[in-house]
Amino acid sequence: MHNAIDWEALSIRLVFGLLAAVAIIFLVGPTLIVLLTSFTASQSLKFPPDGLSLRWYAALIDADQMQAAAWNSLVVAFWTTVISVLLGTAAALGIARSRSPLIRAFDLLFMSPLLLPALAFGFAALIFIHKLGFTPSIPFLVLGHVVVCVPFVLRTTVAALTQLDPALLDASESLGGSAMMTFRRVTLPLIAPGLGAGAFLAFMASFDNVPVSLFLADERTEVLPIHLWQQIETNLDVRTAAVSGLIVIFTLVLMLAAERFAGLTRRMR
Amino acid sequence: MNPFASRLVLPLAALFVAFFVAPLIVLLALSLATDTAMNAFTPAHYVKFFTDRFNYSILFDTLLLGVKATLVCLVFGYPIAWICARASARWQSLLVFLVILPILTSVVVRTFSWIVILGRQGVLNQIALGLGLTSEPLRLLYTEPGVIMVLAQVQMPLMVLPILTVLSKIDANLADASRALGAGEWRTLWRVTIPLSLPGVIAGCILTYSACVTAFVTQTLIGGARLIYMPLHIYQQAIGANNWPFAAAISVIFMFAVLAAIGILNLIGRKSETYA
Repeated sequence: MHNAIDWEALSIRLVFGLLAAVAIIFLVGPTLIVLLTSFTASQSLKFPPDGLSLRWYAALIDADQMQAAAWNSLVVAFWTTVISVLLGTAAALGIARSRSPLIRAFDLLFMSPLLLPALAFGFAALIFIHKLGFTPSIPFLVLGHVVVCVPFVLRTTVAALTQLDPALLDASESLGGSAMMTFRRVTLPLIAPGLGAGAFLAFMASFDNVPVSLFLADERTEVLPIHLWQQIETNLDVRTAAVSGLIVIFTLVLMLAAERFAGLTRRMR
Repeated sequence: MNPFASRLVLPLAALFVAFFVAPLIVLLALSLATDTAMNAFTPAHYVKFFTDRFNYSILFDTLLLGVKATLVCLVFGYPIAWICARASARWQSLLVFLVILPILTSVVVRTFSWIVILGRQGVLNQIALGLGLTSEPLRLLYTEPGVIMVLAQVQMPLMVLPILTVLSKIDANLADASRALGAGEWRTLWRVTIPLSLPGVIAGCILTYSACVTAFVTQTLIGGARLIYMPLHIYQQAIGANNWPFAAAISVIFMFAVLAAIGILNLIGRKSETYA
């Protein structure tokens, strides 16, 4: 072994460090730029902004359509999360320790919305509702969202369940705990962080969903991402930046909470 | 196993059969129907798609767009995962937090911020003009390189996370052994680390690819009306032209194309596992 500088080790660190640094700036930069632009005092979306103000945030107070869309999004995301957590946790309990091929097949089916084009599913759901003689409404929108959001709950909860020490369940049982009691007092508290992380991801995925909402939401049930998408396509105004700023702040706060209580970063890999 | 536990999948299974499988079957049926009422059946929509250059070139462009964006994600995403896997626990948490921040921020917001960056008066043009790299603003919005760049940013976390998972499970002794046997860092990377991390790379590529080809918001806002990819094509035919059977046929073709691409990646993954 030689004691001279290891040029090869240095070069690999340099190349990878440089690529990673560029990638991190590339990943975080846009979010920071949109946040700073939203505080502009001028009419344009120039960066860096000409002077700082909260005028565009103030302008949101009168943006009725935007507020209605935001409220719809919150309602849909809330019910999507509730249903995803209930059905997802139950399914995860069935999947976690099973080796049966039928259960494996269901697992694959439940995860497939993550890979299949969601827009095609959104359109299929619209046709289906139409064929049944219904028109799109909030309950159908929620069901559509559950299909594309439940994989997140399922993945984190199954992961938490597989890490659970089966000896703990045996201990509870041998001490006379019923199945329900074992679930409530042993399993649930131990998988709660994983479940929480999954619920958070499902909520964000629903709040952000476009491909399904595009077909299952109409003027009455317009949701925020669709409203913003149309705004950006037609008349780009700075209020869009203010809403974006709010969404960024809202996401950051929720992420920090999810990290604090559910160890989000550990569960995303 | 506990038969009660396996019954717990039934509620979700029921929802999926009623509201995922059934709609997809109806979609398939409609794609073979002459009209929305589904009175008679015909393969005409499929024939139309594959004989009309305008149509099949959209499919081709979309699949290729996914390949390009996935490659950019891989080139930049692998180093992040590599650095992350070597970082201390504190730094690792911070890095993962920074990586998942964009994927949890609304995709509309992220795409919107790119409009601020790529526009004629955007940050990039100001820098380029300021440095004298160009005499007039570059056209970055509504171009394919623009779409690829934004897709890469929007979807990169999907590449980083699976690679990081695999990299942090690789036995560090293997790389040490390679070095002790005289292989340099680069040789160790190419011959040991990368082959061992291939399952993560493949998983990352599958997730990134399927997200990139279906990224409706990014494709429409950055690509504009001129660059048409499959999701916009489906939307225009379904809502704009109100031609549901044809839109259904495009949807089915798109789904099978994406499934085929995933299947190919999976196959490469299997092959590479036997090699590693």
